[in-house]
Amino acid sequence: MPTVSFTSVLRRFLAAPACEVKATTVGEALTAVFAGNPALRGYVLDDQGAVRVHVAVYVNGWPIRDRVRLGDPVQPGDDIRVIQALSGG
Amino acid sequence: MAERLYVGTRKGLFELARRNGSWDIVGTRFLGDPVSALLPERDGGLFAALDLGHFGAKLWRREAADDWRELPVPVYPPKPEDTAEDPHPWSLTRIWQITAGGVPGRLWAGTVPGGLFRSDDDGESWSLIETLWRMPERKQWNGAGGLEPGISSVLVDPANPSDIRLGISTAGVWATSDAGATWRVINQGMRSEYMPPERSGEPMAQDIHCLARCTAHPESMWCQHHNGVFRSEDGGSTWREVTAIRPSHFGFAVVAHPMERDTAWFVPAIKDERRIPVDGQVVVARTRDGGESFDVLRDGLPQRHAYDLVYRHALAVDESGDVLAFGSTTGGLWISEDGGDHWAAPDARLPPVLVVRFGA
Repeated sequence: MPTVSFTSVLRRFLAAPACEVKATTVGEALTAVFAGNPALRGYVLDDQGAVRVHVAVYVNGWPIRDRVRLGDPVQPGDDIRVIQALSGG
Repeated sequence: MAERLYVGTRKGLFELARRNGSWDIVGTRFLGDPVSALLPERDGGLFAALDLGHFGAKLWRREAADDWRELPVPVYPPKPEDTAEDPHPWSLTRIWQITAGGVPGRLWAGTVPGGLFRSDDDGESWSLIETLWRMPERKQWNGAGGLEPGISSVLVDPANPSDIRLGISTAGVWATSDAGATWRVINQGMRSEYMPPERSGEPMAQDIHCLARCTAHPESMWCQHHNGVFRSEDGGSTWREVTAIRPSHFGFAVVAHPMERDTAWFVPAIKDERRIPVDGQVVVARTRDGGESFDVLRDGLPQRHAYDLVYRHALAVDESGDVLAFGSTTGGLWISEDGGDHWAAPDARLPPVLVVRFGA
């Protein structure tokens, strides 16, 4: 299963532990995480479900291509990381 | 007289208390985070909206001493596919104003990009006022300062909570008399210098920096507009320009005396090309005669090489009408307990001030 982890900066606001989820896309992975932690969703995605402008999502070290529909494929063992984008700093 | 003052800044929330005749910082919260709106409650509670650079707009509430809890924020509905011509995003950028609704549990939130939201359960849930959001005219609303329009003023008539006025940058003054079921743009008599001359009087072209309304006489309203000051004596339907204000007519903030219909305060600055105080002197302009004349108040305010600008929510008056406070973009904070005649600054060097509000 892919692993989803979140920037430690978020700890100042809420708990966001790393977890393994069953998913075939980035969107499915995030949806699975948010199902158990609904408050986290608004920190990562905007109201339309796209990745926030100043948040970055990487899969195995590379930024995702589809920041709007989150359709980038993921496979078992993939490493999905949600981090702050430098653009917002 | 107010005993508490809450100051929301670019880098956190500061709580001041009045002790032995002076105001001192007694608490801090959200250090490092921008605080975009505040609403004190009568029992010492407080709502605070954050504008996190990376992670979006958030809302927190303090119900008991230092017991803070995050609340849900207003969420825009899915943007339909057929609104391609709608130039604005359907996503919360900032909570710019939180106002008590005048009935138990009710709150109004004015937001960027222009949505008005209502809560009837003290902020535990929010619903978009679709009647306003879906008006065809909204597509003509424009950003001012930022790219997106924003509702910066939500004024509820305390005697009739269904009667509400909105100040929108930039879409003019909007009114409802039925708690939001129907809306109309009402600001006849304003003029905009920044529009082509043939459109200068268009209601939706007016950049409303801030609206204020006398609590005891809600028909008495004031507007600090992008290019001047305007007064209404009929609840915002018609306006006349107030040209007597000194030393300049540009600014962001205005507050109205809660009881005296003809008294209001402004913090003028050099107009939009520069946005600094006139002659490097921080002053407050006060009228007590409905805008016919102004006192320029400067006792206790910096009068040499001061470049403080005061944003639209960074000036407040308490329920007595005697105590005022304002904060600036360079972290200045000044408090007056005599209607603005004399000012004193707490011992602090604050981050840029975005909002000040008095509490009980």
